[in-house]
Amino acid sequence: MAGANVVLLDFWPSSYGMRVKIALAEKGISYDCKQEDFGAKSSLLLEMNPVHKMIPVLIHNAKPICESLNIVQYIDEAWNHKPSLLPSDPYKRSQARFWGDYIDKNVYNSIKRIWTGKGDQEECKKQFIECLKTLKDELGDKPYFGGEEFGYVDVALVPFTSWFYTVETCGKLSIDEECPKLVAWVKRCMQKESVATALPHPHRIYAFALQYKQTHGVE
Amino acid sequence: MASESSEVRLLGKWASPFSNRVDLALKLKGVPYKYSEEDLANKSEDLLKYNPVHKKVPVLVHNGNPLPESLVIVEYIDETWKNNPLLPQDPYERALARFWAKTLDDKILPAIWNACWSDEKGREKAVEEALEALEILQEALKEKRFFGGENIGLVDIAANFIGYWVAILQEIAGLELLTIEKFPKLYKWSQEFANHPVIKDGLPPRDELFAFFKASAKK
Repeated sequence: MAGANVVLLDFWPSSYGMRVKIALAEKGISYDCKQEDFGAKSSLLLEMNPVHKMIPVLIHNAKPICESLNIVQYIDEAWNHKPSLLPSDPYKRSQARFWGDYIDKNVYNSIKRIWTGKGDQEECKKQFIECLKTLKDELGDKPYFGGEEFGYVDVALVPFTSWFYTVETCGKLSIDEECPKLVAWVKRCMQKESVATALPHPHRIYAFALQYKQTHGVE
Repeated sequence: MASESSEVRLLGKWASPFSNRVDLALKLKGVPYKYSEEDLANKSEDLLKYNPVHKKVPVLVHNGNPLPESLVIVEYIDETWKNNPLLPQDPYERALARFWAKTLDDKILPAIWNACWSDEKGREKAVEEALEALEILQEALKEKRFFGGENIGLVDIAANFIGYWVAILQEIAGLELLTIEKFPKLYKWSQEFANHPVIKDGLPPRDELFAFFKASAKK
């Protein structure tokens, strides 16, 4: 499949966008990446995702696919060569979808509340750590959430780790102390080229967060 | 072969549209199952064992393996019992179906729920958002009989709240949200949905549902 007909609408600090980049890289798909400016969304974005007007959007053969985990599943199905991102067994596949859904519902919000300083900070930090511990328990002794192989749940979670430095600095907490097993998993994932290329350096994310807080008066 | 190995159990709540989605999927596939009604004020040991993360219904237990989250369960049912497919074969069409199912949960259902339970102060805005949500959903239906095309599919099941619960809730709230005048195509779909021979038998009795929500409204 030629690269010209795969376009990704992205915003570089977005963990959701990173998920798609990792999936595309894992499958060896070349694509054109267009950065969106959240202050002024492009007409292409508004046309391709009129319902939510959000990135990421994958445009394949001029047809848009929206919602990051939906896009990851689409990539796995439309380019069904190895590596497979989802397990072949229906029960294991459903478990992967369950954890993807859990990460969607819990991780982004708990991270955002800490770095924007909104809400009861002690409560926010407690919830964040509990969420990490639940995920750590699910990981268990496996090298990846997918088992021996990197997979869908790893793709769903690892982008948020580029925000860990920001959370630790703003929230004054140490994720290494609270969840060393998860930190070990992050290091393992970062050895994969698809992940290392897709994730911005944590300090860049932190600089973005500080600028966002200043611009939006969230101090 | 032990009877355990083909045992399908559903832990659910009769008035819950989420729980009902699983009933509908199992009935459409002709899968026999045992149903246990959960009292959410007094959660059973089984519920806590099978859904330790969220402690919510519905939970499907198949061959002793538990699976929570209604949309994850419906996809699992579709992949395990291959008759009467609920999702299309084509990856792009599948991605569209998943997108609409998720949009129903993330955006459309909450907008309608909020409108029906809103107080005086927030009512106007909530109703406006609910009407916008229904408009978006109607556009997705286009000229099809069901969201799934000629047959009931994942999105129809995910939209059961719209197809059946909304009529009851809007009457209790004294609102006119889904009406034939405002949304002729969606209204027609809701009638086709609720009168579909298999779906009809799978929905909770209207009078009981009305009484249940009316009692909740008084609190």
